[in-house]
Amino acid sequence: MQVRVRIRRYDPAQDQRPRYQEYVVDAEPEDRLLDVLNRIKWEIDGTLTFRRSCAHGVCGSDAMLINGVNRLACKVLVRDLGSTITVEPLRGFPVVKDLVVDMTGFFKAYRAVKPWLINDETPPPTERLQSPSERERFDDTTKCILCASCTTSCPSFWSNPEYIGPAAIVNAHRFIFDSRDRGAAERLDVLNSREGVWRCRTIFNCTDACPRGIEVTRAIQDVKRLLLTERV
Amino acid sequence: MNGVQGQARTRGNFELITWFFMRISGVLLLFLVLGHLTIMHIVNDIQEIDYAFVVGRWISPFWRIYDMLLLWLALIHGANGLRVIVDDYARHRGWRVFWKAVLYTITAVLLFMGTEVILTFRSVG
Repeated sequence: MQVRVRIRRYDPAQDQRPRYQEYVVDAEPEDRLLDVLNRIKWEIDGTLTFRRSCAHGVCGSDAMLINGVNRLACKVLVRDLGSTITVEPLRGFPVVKDLVVDMTGFFKAYRAVKPWLINDETPPPTERLQSPSERERFDDTTKCILCASCTTSCPSFWSNPEYIGPAAIVNAHRFIFDSRDRGAAERLDVLNSREGVWRCRTIFNCTDACPRGIEVTRAIQDVKRLLLTERV
Repeated sequence: MNGVQGQARTRGNFELITWFFMRISGVLLLFLVLGHLTIMHIVNDIQEIDYAFVVGRWISPFWRIYDMLLLWLALIHGANGLRVIVDDYARHRGWRVFWKAVLYTITAVLLFMGTEVILTFRSVG
């Protein structure tokens, strides 16, 4: 089959403003969108710029706005996208070039919630034991691959880039609800700020966008409820 | 994204408390407003609601308290919703201060006027 791929392009060295460029490409219905983009870059137009790495939905490099929704280009098939496919960079981040966005702020927010195990207690002789139910408590949020699909699908983030964003909250949740961790208070301080969880309007775009199926809005609500019981 | 760390600890639990207030007041308002609408538009015809109706209603402290609750909860709930919208969309600090000043002033005036009427109302004649 032939597909028409409409890509929002922007080269700061040449373009005053972003523009759309169309490519007509042969593709199999079972091709992933990433295969189509590679075909364009390798065979039609080498100037097209986008990120990709593992190409198997694990590294989170190729999140983009595909037909108006955030998806990983390596996880969507052409047959699910129709004969005209619109591809744009993630919303809410500055565009570096074409589909490549500047994620500096995103990772700064990620670091702000201290996404590592905090525990100054003397380590036990063997491992820190955890029951299956204690592990289950934060299992969902361990799945995050930091692709930024959730954060850039959030209208609160679009209007206010100061908002810490769903991805950072998900990664805080992963440690706050880990029975081995002792750093919850530090993380909750950050999340209890005006630009923390209270910017969330439970719109659920993040949950819809997550390519890993994480219940992002539920994780954010978990943190809000914990703040309510811990701080009031 | 410096707001995350910059303003983090300066506002205490304000956002948390307002968030919780919105949930509680929202549930209360649902019943209060439905009750209000039922009385004003279903039980009584809109034509019957006049000065005498209000006089009769406000003889009972129950309805004064009911209306006071409705006034305070609805006004503060609405004003807080608008405050959040200003925080979301007024990105320039100057505009944010301006719109919040307008919002808080109008809210305070309306609260004061409404409360005064409910507390001091005496029927004439």
